[in-house]
Amino acid sequence: MQRIDLDDVALRELNEILQAQGDDTNQTSWEIINPKGSHALAVGLDAPIEVTIKGSTGYYCGGMNKQATITVDGSVGPGVGENMMSGMLKIAGDASQYAGATGRGGLLAIKGNAASRCGISMKGIDIVVHGNIGHMSAFMAQKGNLVVLGDAGDALGDSIYEANLFVRGNVRSLGADCVEKDMTPDHLAQLAGLLEAAEADADPASFRRYGSARKLYHFDIDNAAQY
Amino acid sequence: MCGIVGLFIKDKALEVSLGDMLSDMLVTMTDRGPDSAGIAIYGSGAADHVKISVQSADPDTVFDQLSEKLAGALTLPFEVERKSTHAICTVADQDVAVFDDIIKEDFPGLSIMSRGETMEIFKEVGLPKDVIARFGINAMSGTHGIGHTRMATESAVVTNGAHPFSTGADQCLVHNGSLSNHNNLRRDLAHNGITLETQNDSEVAAGYLTWQMQNGANLGEALEASLSDLDGFFTFVVGTKDGFGVLRDPIACKPAVLAETDQYVAFGSEYRALVGLPGIADAQIWEPEPGKVYFWKH
Repeated sequence: MQRIDLDDVALRELNEILQAQGDDTNQTSWEIINPKGSHALAVGLDAPIEVTIKGSTGYYCGGMNKQATITVDGSVGPGVGENMMSGMLKIAGDASQYAGATGRGGLLAIKGNAASRCGISMKGIDIVVHGNIGHMSAFMAQKGNLVVLGDAGDALGDSIYEANLFVRGNVRSLGADCVEKDMTPDHLAQLAGLLEAAEADADPASFRRYGSARKLYHFDIDNAAQY
Repeated sequence: MCGIVGLFIKDKALEVSLGDMLSDMLVTMTDRGPDSAGIAIYGSGAADHVKISVQSADPDTVFDQLSEKLAGALTLPFEVERKSTHAICTVADQDVAVFDDIIKEDFPGLSIMSRGETMEIFKEVGLPKDVIARFGINAMSGTHGIGHTRMATESAVVTNGAHPFSTGADQCLVHNGSLSNHNNLRRDLAHNGITLETQNDSEVAAGYLTWQMQNGANLGEALEASLSDLDGFFTFVVGTKDGFGVLRDPIACKPAVLAETDQYVAFGSEYRALVGLPGIADAQIWEPEPGKVYFWKH
């Protein structure tokens, strides 16, 4: 295992080292210590490596990730896993606002709570939050799955295109054009797989599914009040 | 952006380190706003005396002139302690009216930054580390304090546009965000007798809270009321003589992190600001909920 101490190595240098790892690297396991809330830690990785960050991070941790498995042993600031492409991000603590924003693929698992705008404009990422999520989550979500074991805040899935929102707890309110939908056997199987991948112990049958009513796709004068 | 830090000490043993801890926290937030910085410290105070923090563009001559003038006019002993561009004037309660007249008549160029029994405010244009050094903030002790580093959006980069803003005795406010109804509110407050010194939106928020508290609200109630009367984006950290409050608007775009231990409550715009605090690894750390008032009292 390679260990990098951010008290000794500059952030930019750390990211360059991690970004330089290729598909065939022998150095597949990394530990980063003393993150101290730094921004943009382990961003833009593109190799099947495992990176563990020992402590809490600032903005944009693991952004644009491809292939790598990044574990944060703490909480993360705004924009964790922003525009993630593939791989996995595991957060032991809480996540601040817009976790997984615009993510295109991979799995973002948050053991604690996520704040507002979780999964905003998600485009294929899977997000599993063990706790609660804040308001305006999955705003304009286009593709992917958002799984919440706790409660969701106001205006869940506002102006949603296509994405599955699975919530086990209460939803304070649904956003424009977001409605509850049937849970089919296919959805239950898909949800079971996501829960397992995110190490979440919950019965898929205890969730409700929400998605797009598809009434805002094309402008209709009768819907003007909803825009 | 703007960066905010705040520290409310619970363990008296830490009071001597307040300035030091707050300074480190504020310097860490420098890249959230390099235009100007300011700090409010709630320190010691003497009974029946008021501390008035004044600022001058020409401190080398003006503060000596002020001392001379006060010596000839005030009936009780007073102090003018110069710190860089600021001076803390400690004046007996019964001399305050005379002091105010002298400032108004003879020193129109002086800005009054704050007044109160225990609070002192220091603020200037420049980077946090320079502002902290020029006022010797590191060496200050106290029960609680609030710091701000500014990225100007709503008004000019001048000393009086820096935070914290104080519109009432021992009251101060710092703000990250922007208010959209501050002009209307400024007019309403003027009708109610609250006069503001600048065109800054954050000073309006401070004046609003002062007005609420003048009408009997405590800090928590004043903050609660601001949720319906202030329009815009805000994270506020506010101080009173014995209180410390935090409030984010319901949309909550502006970042905020709170930490609490048996020794203190700490606020930072980012977790980075808190990493140097004692016992932070075992602190309870959370993001304040949108639209929820947090309020501690000594």
